[in-house]
Amino acid sequence: MNKIILILKHEFAQSLRRKSYIIMTLAFPLLALAAIGVSQIIGGIGGPSEPDKIITVGYVDNTNSFINYTDQQGVTLTPQTSEEEAVNALLEGEISEYFVIPPDYVESGIINRFTTERELEPPGNTVAAIRDFLQSNLLEGQASQEISNRVKFPMALFSTVLDEAGQPTDEVGGFAAFILPYIFSILLLMAIFTSSGYVLQGLGEEKENRIMEILLSSVSPRQLITGKVLGLGAAGLLQMVFWLLSARLLIELMPSGISDIIGNLEIAPSFIILSLIYFILGYLLFAILMAGFGSIGATARESQQLSMVIIIPAALPLYAIYFVIENPQHIISQLLTYFPFTAPITVIMRLGIAEIPAWQLAISMAILVASIYFSLVLVAKIFRTFLLMHGKTPRLREIIRYLRRA
Amino acid sequence: MKDEGAFSAADVNNVVKSYSNKRVVNEVSFSLAQGEIFGLIGPNGAGKTTIIRMMIDIIKPDSGDIHILGKRISEDTKNRIGYLPEERGLYKKLTVLKTLTYLSALKNSNVENSRIEELLKRVDLLPHKDKKIEELSRGMGQLIQFLATIIHNPKLIILDEPFAGLDPVNTELLKEIILELRSQNKAIVLSTHRMNEVEELCDRILMIDRGRSVLYGRLVDIKKEYRNNSVFVDFSGRLDGLKGVTERRDKEKYSELFLDDKTTSKEILKQLMSREGEVRRFGLSTPSLREIFLKVVGRKQ
Repeated sequence: MNKIILILKHEFAQSLRRKSYIIMTLAFPLLALAAIGVSQIIGGIGGPSEPDKIITVGYVDNTNSFINYTDQQGVTLTPQTSEEEAVNALLEGEISEYFVIPPDYVESGIINRFTTERELEPPGNTVAAIRDFLQSNLLEGQASQEISNRVKFPMALFSTVLDEAGQPTDEVGGFAAFILPYIFSILLLMAIFTSSGYVLQGLGEEKENRIMEILLSSVSPRQLITGKVLGLGAAGLLQMVFWLLSARLLIELMPSGISDIIGNLEIAPSFIILSLIYFILGYLLFAILMAGFGSIGATARESQQLSMVIIIPAALPLYAIYFVIENPQHIISQLLTYFPFTAPITVIMRLGIAEIPAWQLAISMAILVASIYFSLVLVAKIFRTFLLMHGKTPRLREIIRYLRRA
Repeated sequence: MKDEGAFSAADVNNVVKSYSNKRVVNEVSFSLAQGEIFGLIGPNGAGKTTIIRMMIDIIKPDSGDIHILGKRISEDTKNRIGYLPEERGLYKKLTVLKTLTYLSALKNSNVENSRIEELLKRVDLLPHKDKKIEELSRGMGQLIQFLATIIHNPKLIILDEPFAGLDPVNTELLKEIILELRSQNKAIVLSTHRMNEVEELCDRILMIDRGRSVLYGRLVDIKKEYRNNSVFVDFSGRLDGLKGVTERRDKEKYSELFLDDKTTSKEILKQLMSREGEVRRFGLSTPSLREIFLKVVGRKQ
């Protein structure tokens, strides 16, 4: 135990001094800060002046029935007596564009629009203004003001999730429900892979330094792996905390629109606690297995290639995210919750949508903990043999044969 | 030499280790006494490093057992061994002082700074104590590795090819320190394929070839056993007609005389003294370890 703590402390201190670690830790907030700065500058150029400007759009009414409602939001519509006059007004800049309402408009619905701008598609605010203008004039006299308004916005949708007893629950649906688990599961995956990547990298260095055998003459492979995984994990956790704290500060700096959305998303404490638990368990499993790959591969690159064996299944739930989000209680979603490689991300995804029954969480955690222990025993055995070999990556057959005997 | 009962630094008993159905170590046994330098000798790939790794519990033997200082090998026995592996290195970014502190702590030993400084002084590296390992020369780095091996005051010291890559000055320094350690009653294992390099240091040896023990015992006894019955002579007079000489080989500065079984070197010297001329040099021809090895391996084949 004493030796594990010594290794833990040593690895932690060494990581904090590592250049790549410092760069990675600082790069994320600095890049985000730079991105905010750039968006502020761009916003400063084009943004604020935009809403103040009122666009003047001309129209030629060949039906003589579109007279009122010429002041739409941000757009003023001015009638033109003829198409010639409209062209002149457009060329002189009095209007920015014009449209023609043909005599048979009510039957055909065709509106011809003329502009000097080359554009991918008509600007949304102009289109909305024209549509509202046409709609309001068409409905005038046919329906009351209330009906007319309701036709424009037929519904404001509020969904409520009911539990088994028919009682409303306070779960959120819609956009927030989708975006939060998605962002969090990607963050979790990134955090697990970066932190366990340090284990792979650290072992490669020790293999290169040839200090491994000196270490193994003092400690057991299991102590070495445990100390390393915990020490580097602590460094990874510190990095995460730093990122989260800086993200908190960065949100304050963001343009008000985005920070409002993020600020309004309520994150339950249980969500944070479970995220933390699954980060730690997921990290431990992957880091220990990475240590195994680090000891088998002759070079860092080979080790990385080998580690794809576990990275691909771990990323699998991301491809099934629509399915899991739409069917959080489906048997497949449950199985993904139990399978140790996919458990961390799946749990985070499901948590964003619905509560996961406690017994499912208990099974999932129990399987993860058991897998961690099993991996540790297995990797310690692999370690003993292959870490001291230099220059050659053993074949899978050799590894299996060795493990069977050991 | 001590008697059999005093063997206690290490007991290796019938140890076997195979990799992929190939026996790398085949029923090897030997014992190690306190206060002796023991040579583990054999060509590259003979199985020396595998034997050592089993003694330190880095790998497990398939069968047989090993006791260190009277105890079965365990995590605890690791702390009482100092091991300098053949494949060795240190953390490049760590300072000399921190390296030695960390590595001794991993042996569960709280080494005081004064002991570290004393050891650094012994190898003339005290002024470098705050430098990073990567700032040192290769030879200096090797001396630090050696110090890391003995820093926790182990009773058993195992050195795998300790002189590889060292310059003659540092080689001499290391030999001196090894002899000092023996006088402090430590047991020292010197593993090497450069047989002649350790000849002067070893009290006893175990010679290994292809995983098998081929020769084991006191170096003087082995040398006596494998001595050619011949003498070196540098004599100003005539050498022909000596009684008991079966063959004479003349070299540039001396001649080697091969004697028959009944004749001793003393009788040859007596005959020479009675002749006219001066005996400038007279000596027993003792074979080098390398010659003995070739002889033993040749005989087995």
